[in-house]
Amino acid sequence: MTKHAHAPADLKADQMFINFGPQHPSTHGVLRIALTVEGEVVMKGDPDVGFLHRGMEKLFEARTYSQGLILTDRLDYISATHNNLGYCLAVEKLAGIQAPLRAQYIRVLAAELNRIASHLVFFGTFGVDMGAFTPFLYAFREREMIMDLFEMLCGGRLLHSYVRVGGVAADLPAGWTEKCREFLTFFKPMLKDYDTLLSGNPIFRSRTEGVGIIGADRAVSWGLSGPTLRGSGVSYDVRKAEPYCVYDKLNFTVPVGKNGDCLDRYYCRMKEMEQSVEIAFQCLDALAGAELNPGEFMAKGVPKMFKAPAGQAYAHVEASRGDLGFFAVSDGGFNPYRMHVRGPSFINVAILQEILVGCKIADVVAILGSLDIVLGEVDR
Amino acid sequence: MTEETIQPKVLEPVFNHANGRLLMPETRYWPTDMWKSPWSLPTYRRGAAVLAGLILGIAGVAWFIGEIGPRLAPIYSLAEQFALSYGVPAFWIAVVWTFIKGVFVLLAPALNALFAVWWERKISAHIQSRMGPMYVGWWHGALQTLADGIKLFLKEDIVPECADKVVHWLAPVVVLIPAILVFAPVPFGKDLIYANIDIGTVYVFAVGGVSVMGIIMAGWSSGNKFSLLGGLRSAAQLVSYELPRTFAVLPVIMLAGTLNIAEIAGFQAGYWGGIVPRWFIFYPVVGQVAFIVFLIASVAETNRVPFDIPEAESELVAGFNTEYSGMKFALFFLSEFAYVLLSCLLMASFFFGGGAAPLPFLDFLPSWAWFLSKTLILMFCFLWFRWTFPRFRVDRLMDFNWKFLLPVSLINIAAGGILIWLLS
Repeated sequence: MTKHAHAPADLKADQMFINFGPQHPSTHGVLRIALTVEGEVVMKGDPDVGFLHRGMEKLFEARTYSQGLILTDRLDYISATHNNLGYCLAVEKLAGIQAPLRAQYIRVLAAELNRIASHLVFFGTFGVDMGAFTPFLYAFREREMIMDLFEMLCGGRLLHSYVRVGGVAADLPAGWTEKCREFLTFFKPMLKDYDTLLSGNPIFRSRTEGVGIIGADRAVSWGLSGPTLRGSGVSYDVRKAEPYCVYDKLNFTVPVGKNGDCLDRYYCRMKEMEQSVEIAFQCLDALAGAELNPGEFMAKGVPKMFKAPAGQAYAHVEASRGDLGFFAVSDGGFNPYRMHVRGPSFINVAILQEILVGCKIADVVAILGSLDIVLGEVDR
Repeated sequence: MTEETIQPKVLEPVFNHANGRLLMPETRYWPTDMWKSPWSLPTYRRGAAVLAGLILGIAGVAWFIGEIGPRLAPIYSLAEQFALSYGVPAFWIAVVWTFIKGVFVLLAPALNALFAVWWERKISAHIQSRMGPMYVGWWHGALQTLADGIKLFLKEDIVPECADKVVHWLAPVVVLIPAILVFAPVPFGKDLIYANIDIGTVYVFAVGGVSVMGIIMAGWSSGNKFSLLGGLRSAAQLVSYELPRTFAVLPVIMLAGTLNIAEIAGFQAGYWGGIVPRWFIFYPVVGQVAFIVFLIASVAETNRVPFDIPEAESELVAGFNTEYSGMKFALFFLSEFAYVLLSCLLMASFFFGGGAAPLPFLDFLPSWAWFLSKTLILMFCFLWFRWTFPRFRVDRLMDFNWKFLLPVSLINIAAGGILIWLLS
């Protein structure tokens, strides 16, 4: 990553240096890409991160385990529940707490709803990056319904803090299951609409097919994860590789791309939404069953402030953007001694410096959009 | 489903005693029911009825007014005789009359922008399942553009420090003036034409091409790298698409045997077999191909999606008009919509018979009403494309022009020649 803010000294006469961001409509936040262009062709592109750095990992050390939860919402604010879940799994591992089965189903349900919401944001903004504004509004219309469901569930719309250490904040409210089913049945055919709206468009395909190709071996060596990795044809999903919560009891497939271009990465996410709907239906069926004790949404006897025994724990979940890991170290006190976050966006954004070379300026936007980064997670 | 459910209501949160949380109010609008059958909603049916009533009402008013040109002629001769009786030279009468007509031509792009911006916002809103502007003005935000115009007028005019001040000031003028001048030989109806010149088609393409200079000037003088890229892109794009656009019209000119736009429109009067209008769009193959090439090239010429790469928002911030604010920005906007109107007027003249009625029994409506409705329908297509297509990439755009549109339009000229030979 570059440190310099100005044009490099070796700039040739027919080249131009552009600060692509941090204030730019399509860098999805405050990412800066230092571009050296020859006309429309990019000769060099360096992502420059850190404009949103808030010192999150240090802030965890000054808070108790319960208080630290609200910080995780602010990492990847588009899919807050996954962050909550990863953090809680790490703390539960550290403190030896076991969440009840019902809470685990609710967690998976909330996480999959949040995955749909997050991928809808991706779908909308990717369309805007391509110059198609209309899909954005459609995506946000459906996302609004998920926001309503979350508001009903926990009061929060964007930053949920619904998953708590030892379970979830509250049981499903009355009438929520019906609303959720109504949404899911409404949403499933909408995915076909999105295909006719954007995925099948010849202009869209010409913009994405064969653009920003990441081969499988390169994707693995750069440590990519999530749909960005699976678009390259590597079938790695934490939900399958190391199942957490109740994912081993659920039936779903992991969509995998073939060429590793922007279209594959995009379509992996679209297919993932379909799988998330299936998972959510299975969770709703399980929650309606008699074997899960209603009202048992929290482990018994988890205090608001607790000491974790000295040691360390690592837990990772499949967040919307990839493999999200939390590494917690305890010295036996009320606060974590050290908390490290493996943010998938931060690791995914690094490959930009390699794949941007030789593409057009318009492709920079397409490639960046297809990586689907959230700057809150990149900079932390 | 009743009407109440889609009206915005005061949200009353319901307290859920089971978990001590505020429940999502049941009154919140979810579109799930609406998607099953929109026509079951009273608002949909009422909206359709209002739309039909509007169209019928405007048609009635048009029928009542009748042809404008012949009605104005006695007023003009009366005023002319009045002036002559006071000893005003005929030359000065002609000059004053030209100025008065000029004011009306000047009004065309201005009024068009006032309407088209509002219309575009409404169309985009309904395509995107929103309402669009609803507050300013009495009916569906009808005065929204006026309010926006006042806002733009009052805004500070910011000139960047590293801008080439003179060129930066001159660029919107260079864009706008051809956009107004170009309306001179364009008919708005029978006898409603400012300058009925014989080389109208050539004049329109020649004067319209000058605006490209203004866009390049804007991109160059702003002192902004994104603007510069936008200017370079527009130089490449607009100059390239001039070619297929002009070539697409050549078969029409060959068939009509004239360059005068009003005469080309008049050439298409009449009906084949008393039912199919003799419009160029209905000439087999040649007419349709020419129209489609002209339509695509016109969209590209007016910098609109999917060809809006000079001002590509997600890539170049706002392209050549990044550094323009206030009224200067509004001038770029005004000229863009003026060129949209011009393209639609030209298409209506070249391919849709100008003021001719689509069916013989419908010719009780005046020609200007048909002209206007054809123009508006074509303009709807422009706005429709904008909100449903993604943007081309710059190299694909060039490929599309040089490797597809241009050869097709050249072949079409040959096909037009064969058609003339067959017809004669």
